[in-house]
Amino acid sequence: MSKLGTLGARLHRGEVGYDFVKNRKIWYGLSILITITAIVGLAVRGLNMGIEFQGGAVFNTPKNTSASVSQAEGYAEEASGHDAIVQKLGDGSLRIQVAGIDTGAADKIKDKLSDDLKIEKEQINAELVGPSWGDQIANKAWQGLWIFLVLVVIYLAIAFEWRMALAAFVALIHDITITVGIYALVGFEVTPGTVIGLLTILGYSLYDTVVVFDSLKEQTKDITKQTRWTYSDVANRSINSTLVRSINTTVVALLPVAGLLFIGGGVLGAGMLNDISLSLFVGLAAGAYSSIFIATPLVADLKEREPQLKALRKRVLAKRAQSGAQGETEADGADESYDGEPEDAAPAVVGPRNQPASRTRGRGRPSGKRR
Amino acid sequence: MATPKKGRSASAQSKPGRSLALILIAIAALTGGMFASGHTKPRLGIDLAGGTSITLEAVPEAGNEAAINKTNMDTAVSIMERRVNGLGVSEAEVQTQGRDNIIVNIPKGTNSEQARKQVGTTAKLYFRPVIATEVSGGAGAASPSPSPTGSPSDKPSGKATDKPEATDKGSASPSASPTTQGRAVTDALKADATPSASASDKAKASPSPSASGGTAADDASKLQEQYAKLDCTNAKTRSAVGDGVKASQPTLACGKNSQGQWQKYILGPAEVDGTDVDKAQAVLNTQTGAGWTVTMDFTDEGGKKFADITGKLAKNQSPQNQFAIVLDGDVVSDPYVRQALTGGNAEISGNFNQQSAQDLANMLSYGALPLTFREDSVSTVTAALGGDQLKAGLIAGAIGLALVVIYLLLYYRGLAFIAILSLLVSAALTYTIMALLGPTINFALNLPAVCGAIVAIGITADSFIVYFERVRDEIREGRSLRPAVERAWPRARRTILVSDFVSFLAAAVLFIVTVGKVQGFAFTLGLTTLLDVVVVFLFTKPLLTLMARRPFFANGHKWSGLDPKSLGAKPPLRRTRRPAAPVDTKEA
Repeated sequence: MSKLGTLGARLHRGEVGYDFVKNRKIWYGLSILITITAIVGLAVRGLNMGIEFQGGAVFNTPKNTSASVSQAEGYAEEASGHDAIVQKLGDGSLRIQVAGIDTGAADKIKDKLSDDLKIEKEQINAELVGPSWGDQIANKAWQGLWIFLVLVVIYLAIAFEWRMALAAFVALIHDITITVGIYALVGFEVTPGTVIGLLTILGYSLYDTVVVFDSLKEQTKDITKQTRWTYSDVANRSINSTLVRSINTTVVALLPVAGLLFIGGGVLGAGMLNDISLSLFVGLAAGAYSSIFIATPLVADLKEREPQLKALRKRVLAKRAQSGAQGETEADGADESYDGEPEDAAPAVVGPRNQPASRTRGRGRPSGKRR
Repeated sequence: MATPKKGRSASAQSKPGRSLALILIAIAALTGGMFASGHTKPRLGIDLAGGTSITLEAVPEAGNEAAINKTNMDTAVSIMERRVNGLGVSEAEVQTQGRDNIIVNIPKGTNSEQARKQVGTTAKLYFRPVIATEVSGGAGAASPSPSPTGSPSDKPSGKATDKPEATDKGSASPSASPTTQGRAVTDALKADATPSASASDKAKASPSPSASGGTAADDASKLQEQYAKLDCTNAKTRSAVGDGVKASQPTLACGKNSQGQWQKYILGPAEVDGTDVDKAQAVLNTQTGAGWTVTMDFTDEGGKKFADITGKLAKNQSPQNQFAIVLDGDVVSDPYVRQALTGGNAEISGNFNQQSAQDLANMLSYGALPLTFREDSVSTVTAALGGDQLKAGLIAGAIGLALVVIYLLLYYRGLAFIAILSLLVSAALTYTIMALLGPTINFALNLPAVCGAIVAIGITADSFIVYFERVRDEIREGRSLRPAVERAWPRARRTILVSDFVSFLAAAVLFIVTVGKVQGFAFTLGLTTLLDVVVVFLFTKPLLTLMARRPFFANGHKWSGLDPKSLGAKPPLRRTRRPAAPVDTKEA
């Protein structure tokens, strides 16, 4: 712990820190690149919709088929090239469902299956099945999604401000696009589990962004009342001060999903787990990344267009130019932290030792950036 | 500026014990309830546990074979889906197979008998004026009612009083009130009055005397003849009666009366039908002693129609002041009216129990099936996700969780125990609630939901992490632990509430708007979000407050995770800073 704990302390005091905002162009560029890759992947490969969405064919074998469920699954997947859902019915027959099959292909698969399973061809009954996740479910889901997005943007605009709402929205689209794109590139079949995974990502992405924004809002409360820091500086400090939390939360959220994906899906070969845990893994990682590298710098960008903050920036830069290089290498920068109203914060009375609790020093993170 | 101290004494000294006691009692109660109800495991979805597969076949109607087309089949699928999965949490699946089959998969542990009725019942509802009625066959009460209604509690007799609504609270009705007892959920596979049936000319009458309440004299003698011959005690005749009659034609029908006798009817053309019902719900009517009833709210148009017909009927003599509520060809209830009922609602009473009343209300709300279905086969199915895979998933999940615990221990040391305990409390609450929701609202866990629960661990843990980091920041500022714990809370609390609100908003919107699995997901998300807030407020925070009094934590023991030295706290007097007062007063 001590290492990370110390890092936490150093981040807290601003002794270390990464300039997320200053380097934002790099991260924007990286994100745009990944997003374009994702979109291209999506456009070229398309999504491989599962039987639940597009229907397919069902093959019913006769009673007391000797093959096991997993054998049949292997045969069916080999014969069709698609994921197969195999269930054993009460009388010992198998129900094999394969996605995206038309009548012609169904006959071929039937032939193949009858060879593999060593069953007379006539005894396998093939039929087309419709989707269990029909248009109605999909339409209502879209409808719900849009209503939610509108409401959440309104909520964020009220609880925070419209710039943050916009940035959170961009981060959300970013996360979802990347997740869907990687899904298309990997070529896993989209199942209801995938969709549920995507919805989970949607919730998580917003949740994580909101946690980061909450700290941002708190620290930029009285930004215009001082001239030491620009909005970007403060935004940056806010990211750094919640960085430990972000890392911890991401690790804690990702570890179990990684377990499912790499151990469950990879080593133990639980096929069905793959599609869910992949979308969760990619999405959670993207969600954590975008809150820090995309959403917050974006807010800073938008904010600094405001005349007030533009003026502030000018004042700050002028002041810095004036004081010259002196402050730049100062080692103990914590002294010079922004704390809301530094101008009248001037060397306050040194409080009695037993009173620190009554001082709200924590308000302004003393995590001064080195300049 | 002494607020923090005051705040601390208020919240720290009286509350923590109580909150902890409260949440432990809640867990004990839920666990007790779980064992008492005998449902100690959450129901698992069909992908994890398998279940029952029902194959239904659309029954072609004479002269209208074209009705079995894709549109109608899809409509039937979506209505069935809503009937068996109204809340989206039951994990039932409905899909078409081939041209005229529908497969319904329901997870293990569902009442499959009930589900079969729910999907198979056509639920065509008509309000028809009564033209003539009498007890049929004479053997009435003794008739064994062999039709496979299957409703668990269809007793052959029951209480009388059928009334459309409170306005007609009839004392002894002039016609000896031949009220029928509802076959609450009739078996759709038989006896349907399908309106779209074209020319089937059985029971055809002269041009119907429209809404006038139909004087018997107007009816074709043919109908009268059939009526005279009709023997409702014969199950076969009964199921055939009224088949293929259009809604706009008079018809014959059977129903059971309060004495459990079969009653036969000549009924006028339908005046109001199921599409006029906006929504229906099951109500326990304790006032009139009618037991479980189904109340219906009509649409605006339906309400008008209903007011019209009841107004006309009220002027007639018995039995023509009665109207029959006909469900899938059977008379469920035949209340009489004394005045126009303009309330825009009506009530069906009959021999319902809670389950059958709810089932019927459910069906009426979601509408009638466009086709009639016959049960083709019923079979058990194994889990779509093999047992091996489930095991692999569980092992992987357990490894992942173990890693989380190790990480927390490494990073937070002593504090990690509070985090892990909180996670355990959260898990216990989630598990017991899900187990209890199984029997109550058919909640079933499928694989995506299990994965979602794993992600929920992250979100729950995030609340602790946000709080712990705040506390550590306060310590780094040079505070001792107890004030730090209290001062960190208001800010952590706000962050937790603001961010959880977003999750909850997602859950609420999706739950209200969507159907099927998305709705089920929303339910789980909402549940875990609420539990997150409950656990942090009632468990983590009070526990930390209590622990802060322990010397181990308070003195910042090396292993407590709160050691000021390893956190890099600054000596308190190093420098001071002016407080950002406005924020503080608001939050503290």
